[in-house]
Amino acid sequence: MSDFLPTLWFILIAVLWIGYLFLEGFDLGVGMHMVVSARDERERRLMLNTIGPVWDGNEVWLITAGGALFAAYPFWYASLFSALYIPLVAVLLGLIFRAVAIEYRGKGHTERWTMFWTWAIGLGSFVSAFGVGAALALTSTGLPLDKNGDMTGGPFAWLNGWAVLGGLAVVGFALLHAANFLALKTEGPVRERAGRFAWPWGVVCLLPVAVWAIAVVVRGGSALAWVLLVLAVVAVVWWAIAARAGREGLAFATLGAFLVLGAAAIFASMYPVVLPSTTNHAWDLTVQNASSAPYTLGVMSVVAAFGVPIVLAYQAWTYWVFRKRLSSDHIPANAPFSPAVAPAAPQPFAK
Amino acid sequence: MHTAALDPLLIARWQFGITTVYHFWMVPLTLGLGPVVAYFQVRWYRSGDERFYRATKFWGKLYLINFIMGVATGIVQEFQFGLAWSQYSRFVGDIFGAPLAMEALLAFFLESTFLGLWIFGWGRLGPKAHTVVLCMAIGGSVLSAYFIIVANSWMQHPVGVKLVDGHPVMYDVWAVLGNNTAVWAFTHTVFGSLMVGGMFLLGISWYQLWQRRKDGIDTVGADGRAVPGENAEIPGRDVRDHALWLHSLRVGAWVAIVAFALVFVTGDQQGKLMFQQQPMKMAAAEAACDTTTDFSVLSYGAWNAESCHTVRDVIEVPGVLSFLANSNFTTPVKGINELIPEYEKKYGTTASDGSKINYVPLMPVTYWGFRVMITLGGIAAFAALVALWLTRKGTVPRSRPLMLLAVVGILAPFAANTAGWVFTEMGRQPFVVAPNPTGVDGVYLFTQAAVSPNVTAGELLFSLISLGCVYLGLMVVEVALLIKYTRGGVASAIPELGKKPDDTDASGGRSPDDVLAFAY
Repeated sequence: MSDFLPTLWFILIAVLWIGYLFLEGFDLGVGMHMVVSARDERERRLMLNTIGPVWDGNEVWLITAGGALFAAYPFWYASLFSALYIPLVAVLLGLIFRAVAIEYRGKGHTERWTMFWTWAIGLGSFVSAFGVGAALALTSTGLPLDKNGDMTGGPFAWLNGWAVLGGLAVVGFALLHAANFLALKTEGPVRERAGRFAWPWGVVCLLPVAVWAIAVVVRGGSALAWVLLVLAVVAVVWWAIAARAGREGLAFATLGAFLVLGAAAIFASMYPVVLPSTTNHAWDLTVQNASSAPYTLGVMSVVAAFGVPIVLAYQAWTYWVFRKRLSSDHIPANAPFSPAVAPAAPQPFAK
Repeated sequence: MHTAALDPLLIARWQFGITTVYHFWMVPLTLGLGPVVAYFQVRWYRSGDERFYRATKFWGKLYLINFIMGVATGIVQEFQFGLAWSQYSRFVGDIFGAPLAMEALLAFFLESTFLGLWIFGWGRLGPKAHTVVLCMAIGGSVLSAYFIIVANSWMQHPVGVKLVDGHPVMYDVWAVLGNNTAVWAFTHTVFGSLMVGGMFLLGISWYQLWQRRKDGIDTVGADGRAVPGENAEIPGRDVRDHALWLHSLRVGAWVAIVAFALVFVTGDQQGKLMFQQQPMKMAAAEAACDTTTDFSVLSYGAWNAESCHTVRDVIEVPGVLSFLANSNFTTPVKGINELIPEYEKKYGTTASDGSKINYVPLMPVTYWGFRVMITLGGIAAFAALVALWLTRKGTVPRSRPLMLLAVVGILAPFAANTAGWVFTEMGRQPFVVAPNPTGVDGVYLFTQAAVSPNVTAGELLFSLISLGCVYLGLMVVEVALLIKYTRGGVASAIPELGKKPDDTDASGGRSPDDVLAFAY
């Protein structure tokens, strides 16, 4: 079988994961900042409302990445998801809590209620970022798969340094990316503190993702992977300069470019393996043996060629509609709630 | 089949069943209420009538409280094929993954992005654009229902597929997308969901009208007609409020009645297909041991293939089964005893683990699932008719039990939806991909062979228990919020209605234009 379509879909799946990390990256980071950085309820609400209109659309990138993996690489999907059963269930629980919390947080009127859902957003964001990072790291470094592609060695056989590194990488990146986002989308104290977050925390945040990308490329990167890695380094240096200079827009863009290039370097160094078997490399899942048949890939290519540009267009429009910076003054007070019933009807059922 | 107490297959099946049924409590309300909210907003946009603005806000609020739960539990659905059913995913991925990916790319993005625009777009988008984004989001929901039902229908009736080296491969995507099973299942599901939306409107509007009477706001004149009143002390309880609930109630009742008629038509078509495509499912739905023409209204017995002869028909309607299957009253429909040898001949007698295959689904589930679905759907439609009659003079009776009945009646179409899906999914057993009697040989898969080989009972129990507990807790929260915001009346969705003129502006002196119309 020609490798063209499987390769195209390998690239598309990489694009979907990178798109997810880029877009939901700041959503997840904002969720964590609500717990770790916000000083009071006004700031927490301000942060939440910067992602309010867009977070759900961003999360669909994950669902699409999962669906595309299933459609184009069923063997990759089946092996990866069944192997990472426990961490992915944790990701799901995190995403469930986080989604529900965003919608329900403002609908209660006690402090306990608000506090509970704040933590649900913060912890849910942390757990899902960590789990997705671990899963992506493991698909780049491999799992103990048998001939059928099933993981051997028990429910925790996936747990190793790479998993932790990948988890920390996405958590760290999300925190920094979100700080850039908040600096760009807010005004007032939140903006000022977000601008200062880059130094010194930026270095700490980027360390795991840098180690991951460099290690994977050094282990077996192609020339393309090296080029992408060097470009990623250029982007991150540029980001450091922009962040020091307080150029918020440039800092956001260059760190975003770093993510895109760094993640692309990791995917490029995997190719043509999509999920290595650490037990026996003869059992590696590759673009040749893990993908769907050419007809399915062709159909999905047409669908993607039609769908992806449209999605990008209307999502871009959303960001345009909600482009204004927010400050605490923009956030309406939480309306008091009272049931629409008479306190004590003087004449129930008066004729 | 496995017999161990902690059989991973059994836990995986319970998990899939529980998470899917749960997800499909949120989905029909989303699918059923969404178009109604869009209807109100379009009416408001076109007429400027504030009654419709209020309806959009109030029903939209409840819609969103429910919507998010559908989103949150929907991600689980897409992941769990790979998590617990990796062999299934490997076997069907070439075909089954495609509609899932299309659903995400073409429908979920539309739904989620445009709903975000709608939620935060009040005052930010023009009224026309704001109405259009809502319609786009609702269109996304309906489209997503289509794609997921295409995927499900392929499991019921695989088409557009051929075997290459023992592996099913898609060769005709239009056959998959145009699967007749999918067309009827989709329409049936959408109309079933509209019944949910209709009864939801009816029950809650009934409560609101009843509360207005209880609080002495609305009274009934000598001619029996409602005299709407006003209570300035209670936010939102003005004269327009009465018109809003009465209109909502009528819309809800009519939606439920018309949807039921269409559910009936589409369900009949679906049934006729199913008699051809999965004869065993329909024989089990009838608990029909022997070939017959009669429809069973009430049967009892031991309900399994070995002791099928103990099933006794208490009430039977001659000829009706033949009509359901073939549109005439005389052609006999094959019973279980005749079908078992046919299945064994075609698909074997022993499973891959050496156990004997039982081709008969759990008959009490199929038999009662089918009947509960039809009965509850019918009761709901009848109740909607009665409600129209009882409210013809402009308000509801002041009976509290009747109000409670209207509220509890919201559950009837939910239960009918659940019963229908449990019937059709469990009726497909022992197959996860049911064979197509007129399709390519070899494209079918036993559920027992679909589960992830490496996932242990412990892992499955961990996920079943944690997801189960979280789902249960969130259900309590969702229902509590729905009740809270229902009791808050329209003012809970439009806080301005509750404001008194002397209230200080909460925005701290900024012009109202700068304050978001909506914020989390």
